[in-house]
Amino acid sequence: MHKIWLIIQREYLTRVRKKSFIIMTFLTPLLLAAFMVIPAWLATISDSEDVVMVLDESGLFADKLESREDLKIIPIAAGSLEQAKVAYQETDYTALLHIPQLDLDKPEGIRLYSKKNTSLQVKFRLENMLEKEIESQRFMASGIDRDMLNKMKANITMTTVNLSERGERDSNVWVTSGAGIIGAVIIYFFIFLYGVQIMRGVIEEKTNRIVEVMISSVKPFQLMMGKIVGIAGVGLTQFLLWVVLSAIVVSGVQAAFDIKPAPTPIEQMQSGRAMATGEEESPETEESSQQNTLSEVSSAISNLNFPLLLGSFLFYFLGGYLLYGSLFGAIGAAVDNETDTQQFMFPITIPLIISFIMSYTVVIQNPDGPVAFWMSIIPFTSPIVMMVRIPFGVPASELLLSMGLLILGFIFTTWIASRIYRVGILMYGKKINYKELSKWLFYRV
Amino acid sequence: MSILKIDGVTKRYANHTALDNVSFDIPQGCIFGLLGPNGAGKTSLIRIITQITGADSGEIYFKGEKLRPSHIKDMGYLPEERGLYKKMKVGEQLLYLAQLKGLTKDEAIARIKEWVARFEIKEWMNKHIEDLSKGMQQKVQFMATVMHQPSLIILDEPFSGFDPINANLIKDEILRLRDNGATIIFSTHRMESVEELCDNIALINRSRKVLDGPVREIKDTYKTDTYQVIGNGQLLITSPDFEVLEQHDNHGVFRASIRLLDGASPNDLLRYLIQRVEVHSFVELVPSINDIFIRKVKETYHA
Repeated sequence: MHKIWLIIQREYLTRVRKKSFIIMTFLTPLLLAAFMVIPAWLATISDSEDVVMVLDESGLFADKLESREDLKIIPIAAGSLEQAKVAYQETDYTALLHIPQLDLDKPEGIRLYSKKNTSLQVKFRLENMLEKEIESQRFMASGIDRDMLNKMKANITMTTVNLSERGERDSNVWVTSGAGIIGAVIIYFFIFLYGVQIMRGVIEEKTNRIVEVMISSVKPFQLMMGKIVGIAGVGLTQFLLWVVLSAIVVSGVQAAFDIKPAPTPIEQMQSGRAMATGEEESPETEESSQQNTLSEVSSAISNLNFPLLLGSFLFYFLGGYLLYGSLFGAIGAAVDNETDTQQFMFPITIPLIISFIMSYTVVIQNPDGPVAFWMSIIPFTSPIVMMVRIPFGVPASELLLSMGLLILGFIFTTWIASRIYRVGILMYGKKINYKELSKWLFYRV
Repeated sequence: MSILKIDGVTKRYANHTALDNVSFDIPQGCIFGLLGPNGAGKTSLIRIITQITGADSGEIYFKGEKLRPSHIKDMGYLPEERGLYKKMKVGEQLLYLAQLKGLTKDEAIARIKEWVARFEIKEWMNKHIEDLSKGMQQKVQFMATVMHQPSLIILDEPFSGFDPINANLIKDEILRLRDNGATIIFSTHRMESVEELCDNIALINRSRKVLDGPVREIKDTYKTDTYQVIGNGQLLITSPDFEVLEQHDNHGVFRASIRLLDGASPNDLLRYLIQRVEVHSFVELVPSINDIFIRKVKETYHA
């Protein structure tokens, strides 16, 4: 035990002290902050610049098109289109909007001239303004009062509620799936990044020819497990540092620049959904519905079972890593250099990639379906798939079955890996194929 | 008293037998040569002794006890395939390897200081291994092998890759360690390189032990009673007690290899020669280990 501890320490310390580790650890939160700040910053720049000249020959929109804070409207009093174009050329305004004589029933021929390509945003907003104005004019014409109409308008957001033995709980599908997907993504990348590190570490020991020196002091199994556990420690350290540093950087940036966080994917999806329905919301209802959503999201977040979520995240995080980590170690032992790893990497990466793809397609759409069930039970896919399912609620028996099988799977892969490892690390200059590998499993050493 | 007793060890791999019923003893406090051509089974035997692999049958006794894992820390092994962690500092690496051999941190640090003083390499301690020259790395490697003061030191092809200066330094260290009571096993296919160092040897060929024992005794057994004589004069041997194997004459100077027959002693030959020629040099032609090995291998094939 003492020796394994020494190995763990060495594997951990040499990696944590590496420049690349330190740079990655501190750079990632900064990049995250940059991702937050730069779009917000860019938005503020471009928004303030949009100025549109409007030549309204129909006279329908005079005084009706109002400047907003980030979209300035400059009406042109009179003149022909040609004159307006010339005038526009002399300015550095964003665009020139030309509204010809219009038939209210068939509004056609409106054109937007610009020197550069206008942004979609400007185009949509102008269209929106014009549409609104045309609509109200039509309402007027047919004797409907706009205010009256607004009162009649209905706006519904359904609140989904989980019915379980513990009673009713508000749930929010976006929050629930988001929580699961984030956990799954982290596990997926963690297994890949650090699994490959184990493999590289083993290859390094082989090419440095230190491996025989080592195993004259320690058992091959100790060497392998020490490396796997040490690297797990590195991964956890990096992950925790990222969480802490990101929190600090993000809150620091928010305080310094006083910007709202960029919309989360959930909000974007929701606004996307609103757009897709083509629903026209008046500012007030929009705001109130947004508040509604926000409070709903936060209540949904607080409704997530955090102890369970975190606990199972850690379990699947480590379980998945250990299951695959020992296999990566075995690959490292079987080859002489990294270029030979491809053929063995393939069967290991396939279940990972499949479960990753399935988790945000099939599983998330039907978290209790047969595909989701089986993939969350089989140890090779369960670390990722089960993480997606857990926020939706998984029966305790299924969870325990999946966890138990993951432990068995880990023991199984570690057994296989240690058999391959002990033979492979002393084998040089031989191209290994699967047949050879399977023989190693039953070698008496 | 033998430190290591190898008793009928057999090791088979999938396609070949690496060791076939090999037995011999290694006396305590000697320098022991484990000799044989490449692929004879030397490394397989060493890996069994160091418990990297296990024997299929047969036993090994270390200091009279059946080999068990706790014996590992009383052995130092320098494998043929050797290296160090390139990205580690010399001091850290030595500390790590010594601790893996069961030394406490304080003990390890004390030993490292001792060796650093002996090899005068204080300024290396904070260098990375990859920044050292090959010769320096070899010294560090040797230190790592003997740092924990094992009573059995096993060196597999120790001088391959060592430059002559370091090879001599290591030879001196090996002799010093032997004088301090350690037993050293040399394994090599270059027999001439260890002949002068070894007290005892075992010859292995094609997974079988061919021969073992003290070097002096083996040489006595295989000596051919042949003497080389150089001198002035016309040498013509007519006595039935001596046989001339080879003779060169050059401007009155001769060089001849002469074998004693039927119980004749070297002094008889010398007396016979002195009466006829002027003797400048009279040396016994002792077979080298290499010669003995070749002879022995031939014998076993013909037998």
